[in-house]
Amino acid sequence: MTETLGRRGASRCPFGSTRALHAEWTKVRTVAGTFWLLAAAIALTVTVGAAAAATRCPAGLACPVDTARLTLTGVQLGQALIATLAVLVISSEYSTGMIRITLTAMPRRPAMLAAKAVVLVGLVLAAGAVAVAGSVLAGRVILPGHGFTAARSFPPLSPGDGPVLRAAAGSVLYLALIALLSLGIATIIRDAAAAIGVVLGLLYLPPLIAAVLASNPQWQHQIERYAPMNAGLTIQDTTGLHNLPISPWGGLGVLATWAAALLTGGLMLWLRDA
Amino acid sequence: MTAGMTARRRAGERARQARFGLVLRAEWTKIRTVRGWVIGMIVAALVTVALGLLSSLATHSHCFARPGQACPGPGSIVGPGGEPVSDGYYFVRQPLAGNGSITAKVTSLAGLITYPPDHPNAIVSGVVPWAKAGVIIEPSTRQGSAYAAVMVTGSHGVRMQYNYTSDLAGLPGGVSAASPRWLRLTRSGDTLTGYQSADGTHWTEIGAVTLAGLPVTVQAGLFVASPSYVFTTPGFGGGFAGHLTQATAVFDHVSLQDKAARGTWAGGGVGVIPGGPALARGGLKESAGRFTVTRTGDIAPLAGVGRSIEATLQGTFAGLIVVIVLGVMFVTAEYRRGLIRTTLAASPRRGQVLAAKAIVIGSVSFVAGLVGAAAVVPLGEHILRAHGVYLHPVSTLTGLRVIAGTGALLAVTAILALAVGVMLRRSAGAVTAVIVATVLPLVLAISNVLPAGATDWLLRLTPAAAFAIQQDVPQYSQVIAAYTVTRGYYPLTPWAGFAVLCGYAALALILAAVLLRKRAA
Repeated sequence: MTETLGRRGASRCPFGSTRALHAEWTKVRTVAGTFWLLAAAIALTVTVGAAAAATRCPAGLACPVDTARLTLTGVQLGQALIATLAVLVISSEYSTGMIRITLTAMPRRPAMLAAKAVVLVGLVLAAGAVAVAGSVLAGRVILPGHGFTAARSFPPLSPGDGPVLRAAAGSVLYLALIALLSLGIATIIRDAAAAIGVVLGLLYLPPLIAAVLASNPQWQHQIERYAPMNAGLTIQDTTGLHNLPISPWGGLGVLATWAAALLTGGLMLWLRDA
Repeated sequence: MTAGMTARRRAGERARQARFGLVLRAEWTKIRTVRGWVIGMIVAALVTVALGLLSSLATHSHCFARPGQACPGPGSIVGPGGEPVSDGYYFVRQPLAGNGSITAKVTSLAGLITYPPDHPNAIVSGVVPWAKAGVIIEPSTRQGSAYAAVMVTGSHGVRMQYNYTSDLAGLPGGVSAASPRWLRLTRSGDTLTGYQSADGTHWTEIGAVTLAGLPVTVQAGLFVASPSYVFTTPGFGGGFAGHLTQATAVFDHVSLQDKAARGTWAGGGVGVIPGGPALARGGLKESAGRFTVTRTGDIAPLAGVGRSIEATLQGTFAGLIVVIVLGVMFVTAEYRRGLIRTTLAASPRRGQVLAAKAIVIGSVSFVAGLVGAAAVVPLGEHILRAHGVYLHPVSTLTGLRVIAGTGALLAVTAILALAVGVMLRRSAGAVTAVIVATVLPLVLAISNVLPAGATDWLLRLTPAAAFAIQQDVPQYSQVIAAYTVTRGYYPLTPWAGFAVLCGYAALALILAAVLLRKRAA
């Protein structure tokens, strides 16, 4: 009894106890699905990026294309797998009944959720960095052979280039924020299928709706500024920066706000129904 | 003996059917009695309606006119088939009373293109692929009237076209003084027949058309038109631009075979926009039987502009996501609760269980989609018209196809989701896989990142091809226009696109049946 109290008092680190972190890491690490999902996210992101980069700019034409954004197209697919992983971190515990053991061992829910979030963000940052680096490398190798040459003012993609570095690093952060947003939704909707449906609906529906509202620029503009995917992906833009509906970092900030709001909301609901 | 065996086989067949009936009924009871499923399906229909209404409410009147053409508002030019058309050209004409024919030799077709993509600041000489020059017969010069014409084109050889939407191919190749084209159109009663010749002596028929109710005296003559140069702004984003062009054709050996006395040729523009650019006006020069005719314009159906009832179905994406979740959960929920063991113990023929589940989830999703579409189409149409948005007229049959097709789209996608759920047994992975396969291709297609060619392939090869079932405006091979997803055009025909999704669903069902039989529950 005294020992438990002593331990609890000793673990006032901002992300919950290291034990909680260790427990979450063990859970995530030992489930086969985690690494399959991360590997698939990396593979699909790079494949789609490479396929998009393999489009040709015909000689004699000006191609007003953002090569950085083009090579990072795969993020739009990769995020779906990252979201799946994030949803499973919570909902698989509910579907297997594991949550009862977790909560018995670690009754402080904010600490447990924080531990989950830290482990998840760590994994996603690592996988995202590999996926984005792979995409940029693929773009660097593929683009010049398809008409996007330095002579036509398409310098090879390089992390030394400020906007390209921002797009690449920002895409990794984007994936981490998508993971947190999904974690928040999964805390609110504990069923895995329903949660992932809501996440992907929230991400994919606004751009589809915005596309048909060509006759209503105000609405279109609002969707592009405030929908999580539209706003968040402005971090990938490296050309036409003065024409963006929202600044790249501002867009990522909008996504961060979504993630923070959903996580907080999820936690509050969770604390109430204890 | 044999009779006994047949009877026994028949009895067995009946028993099997009865068993399948029971399995089907069990699955129906599962979906009917659990409140979550019923609410889920109602939500699928409701989001389809709600998002459709929302996007209709946010849409306002917008003039989609191409340069040099009138704004296709309600009551603008409509062809004999009720479809909106462009009808602007230079006409050198004479009345033709009764039967007769018009013949002309075209020796040259040249032109001007304004601001093409490779010379964005210049007017260059050139002929667009569907620049037209030839002979035409029509009841009147009213825009939108019926007609038949034989013509040379910029790069599609000789064609016979009539009533805007019909297009028949003739001799291939371009036209020049060394290689002229002779064109003839004869009238006999209500029937107009088109002929072509490379030398003026050997004639071949291209086609014939009956224009019902053709008056005794019709207008016959030479015409020239040159549609706007429509091009994708270099590959990316599916952006389209249309620029004014002009064609100039030289005709000689022009003759009108007519019973009545020969009159004189009168030239004039049809569909001239007052105050339009000088290049759009055109004109006629005649000397020693040579007619040099110049004009912009087109005689063709209007395509790639305006919207149709399909614009009210934007909520389908949301409804689709809901039925994907339900389709997957219809099987994964059984795995989670262990109900699948009871289900399979009660009916050990696992293929039958899968079939019964597919039929039940498919039918229920079909009804949800059908009800949603049937509600939102008339409501959305009403809102759009009230907002002054021009909608392409759609035949009843096409309208029914679009509405029932929306139901079928949801049904087959739910079956695909069910099959993927059986294969993966994990609901999150299955939901993600099916949403990514059906919705993401459209997200990528409408984003301004991928080039037009790549998006076309995405919408041919992925299950998202099935959204073509909602396309209700035809794509014309003789009109170059912005045929993009955001304007309601898909690269595959409606049924071919739907067949792609059905193919995926069938494949997934077969794999699911094999896995279900092999694996322990």
